[in-house]
Amino acid sequence: AQCFEFPLPCYSSPISFSFINHLVDFSYVGIDAILEQMRRKAMKQGFELNIMVVGQSGLGKSTLMNTLFKSKVSRKSVLATSQEKIPKTIEIKSISHDIEEKGVRMKLTVIDTPGFGDQINNENCWQPIMKFINDQYEAYLQEEININRKKRIPDSRVHCCIYFIPPTGHCLRPLDVEFMKRLSKVVNIVPVIAKADTLTLEERDFFKKKIREELRSNGIDVYPQKEFDEDAEDRMINEKIREMIPFAVVGSDQEYQVNGRRLLGRKTKWGTIEVENIAHCEFAYLRDLLIRTHMQNIKDITSSIHYEMYRVRRLNESNTAVTQANGIPEHHLSAHEM
Amino acid sequence: MASTEIARQAGEGARAVPLSGHVGFDSMPDQLVNKSVNHGFCFNILCVGETGLGKSTLMDTLFNTKFEGEPTQHNQPGVTLKSNTYELQESNVRLKLTMVNTVGFGDQINKEDSYKSIVEFIDAQFEAYLQEELKIKRTLHSYHDTRIHACLYFIAPTGHSLKSLDLVTMKKLDSKVNIIPIIAKSDAISKSELAKFKIKITSELVSNGVQIYQFPTDDESVAEINSTMNSHLPFAVVGSTEEVKIGNKMVKARQYPWGTVQVENENHCDFVKLREMLIRVNMEDLREQTHTRHYELYRRCKLEEMGFKDTDPDSKPFSLQETYEAKRNEFMGELQKKEEEMRQMFVQRVKEKEAELKEAEKELHEKFDRLKKLHQDEKKKLEEKKKALDDEVNTFKQKKTAAELLLNQAQQAGGSTTLKRDKERKNFF
Repeated sequence: AQCFEFPLPCYSSPISFSFINHLVDFSYVGIDAILEQMRRKAMKQGFELNIMVVGQSGLGKSTLMNTLFKSKVSRKSVLATSQEKIPKTIEIKSISHDIEEKGVRMKLTVIDTPGFGDQINNENCWQPIMKFINDQYEAYLQEEININRKKRIPDSRVHCCIYFIPPTGHCLRPLDVEFMKRLSKVVNIVPVIAKADTLTLEERDFFKKKIREELRSNGIDVYPQKEFDEDAEDRMINEKIREMIPFAVVGSDQEYQVNGRRLLGRKTKWGTIEVENIAHCEFAYLRDLLIRTHMQNIKDITSSIHYEMYRVRRLNESNTAVTQANGIPEHHLSAHEM
Repeated sequence: MASTEIARQAGEGARAVPLSGHVGFDSMPDQLVNKSVNHGFCFNILCVGETGLGKSTLMDTLFNTKFEGEPTQHNQPGVTLKSNTYELQESNVRLKLTMVNTVGFGDQINKEDSYKSIVEFIDAQFEAYLQEELKIKRTLHSYHDTRIHACLYFIAPTGHSLKSLDLVTMKKLDSKVNIIPIIAKSDAISKSELAKFKIKITSELVSNGVQIYQFPTDDESVAEINSTMNSHLPFAVVGSTEEVKIGNKMVKARQYPWGTVQVENENHCDFVKLREMLIRVNMEDLREQTHTRHYELYRRCKLEEMGFKDTDPDSKPFSLQETYEAKRNEFMGELQKKEEEMRQMFVQRVKEKEAELKEAEKELHEKFDRLKKLHQDEKKKLEEKKKALDDEVNTFKQKKTAAELLLNQAQQAGGSTTLKRDKERKNFF
């Protein structure tokens, strides 16, 4: 049914000696049909994405989620409560949605962390979050080492954690630094400046520079991490992104009429902020990064780096426990500190 | 399958929400494909069949290239597997193709063990992957997957039925690999015979319970073509790398005095169907089936064999690791015991040898003593004899001195006496 007859020149890379062969004939074999096969398989299986939002209450986390996915995906939209009470302790609430676009199905899970940073004493408020993330890794690991395991292991691992920085305009707060320092080691962190419509462009640039400096001086690696750049092309793209983070975002799920078009925005007495206008805020960059270009990469880093690190740690821990029980001296590294 | 997938997701607490605008995650399949393109693909084919059925030629024809190798001899003592890896590229797709050939299959007089080396090879690839998966520090995403994705089984074009070797081998392989049976050198069979042959083969496979690979029919876009192709199995193929001019085109063909068999002509043989199914439509499915069905089965059996069990959730944590440790200690204990036994045996032997040597030494000593004693006795005797001799000499000397003395006395006493004596003596006479 799909027999092409036009000749395609084929090259082979001039590397090794023992097993590289040259395609000397010029007829079409059809190897590249595998791309279409993969695409079909992916469409049939669908995708999974788990995003966590962390930040003090009132920073617009739910609105931003709704804006990103153009639908009511946030916890507030689903579990409508008339009065939003700030919980006494941090809770972890995750809601899943099935969304579909042009035949591509995705199971999106939004994990909300109400209560974070809202107490008077916020010591160790990152612990429940760390625990949740590690629990997801644990669940995946348990399923993976089963003898009878599922065809597709359900992936509940947190792929990306969006951290909301309040738009003070000065610098990061100690809570921000502590949180990001610890969590950047186990999950991809994407920091954003929330409610950025309160900052002028100059204030915004100053704030961003300050934040980047502080991240650097504290050794915090946010996504996209420098050490995981795959090749020169990757590095070039990611460097541009690294020079722009944290993105200054504004969220909205209200549409307004602007210049004859209906756009998402926030209407004030002095003007309407267009959410998807890059001259107004950087929401579009965030959306492009998270969804349109780097979604697969975010999931890959979670599964092949963060998860693997967890697995190594966990297996070594269990190893030492067993060897100690047998009286054999252990020479393994001690467990990662929380 | 698609519908159950959605149902499952919905059942797990996910709700379907409509989108009010373009989000952009429809680019996900593209992102995934791009990542795979950068990574490259690998595909491993195993060709099983008797020598001389045209396996190498068919591979050359399928992939439009001349893979190296000379035709194998027929006098191999057993079945060995030879694998070669090639890197092919078409537009932006890089494929690492590994072809494994069975050398000497069907050539021996006694073919009872022919299938064994094939099964061992397939298992060895699964084992290598399993080892990598079980490692603590592992690199699965850059692992070169050598598991066999497709097994092309070459059936000799006898026109009658399957050989018993074919049935036995396929039965042993059907739970380990995707088998695609093909009739080799099918230009030796006429069209009517071919139809009968195919029916016979299919019925023999079914009646013997051999599970060959079925092209998947659950995806609507390929369901139709796959189910049509399923009914054409086994594919009757002809391979050729030589080109013949037909009309105004150069086509791959085999030229006979009575006509030319065109490889890519669907009326002449099923080569095009094979290429379509193997490469252009189902390559990804073959890889997936290998990973999710055959490999999982191997893994399950292997782990259960090693003694691991899925325990209940309470005692779950790392039953794998703990059991592994326990087994390792058990093994170490056994090893130590064996070592101890060997050491003891060695000590025993040493003792025995030592005793032997001591015995020998003792004997030597005794002999020495005996000889010494003999020597002493001899010496003693000799001394006695010497003494006796000395005594005799002494006595003789004494007698001599006495005699001389007497003589002197006699001479002194007077010559008369001597004369007298002489006279007496003379008178005597």
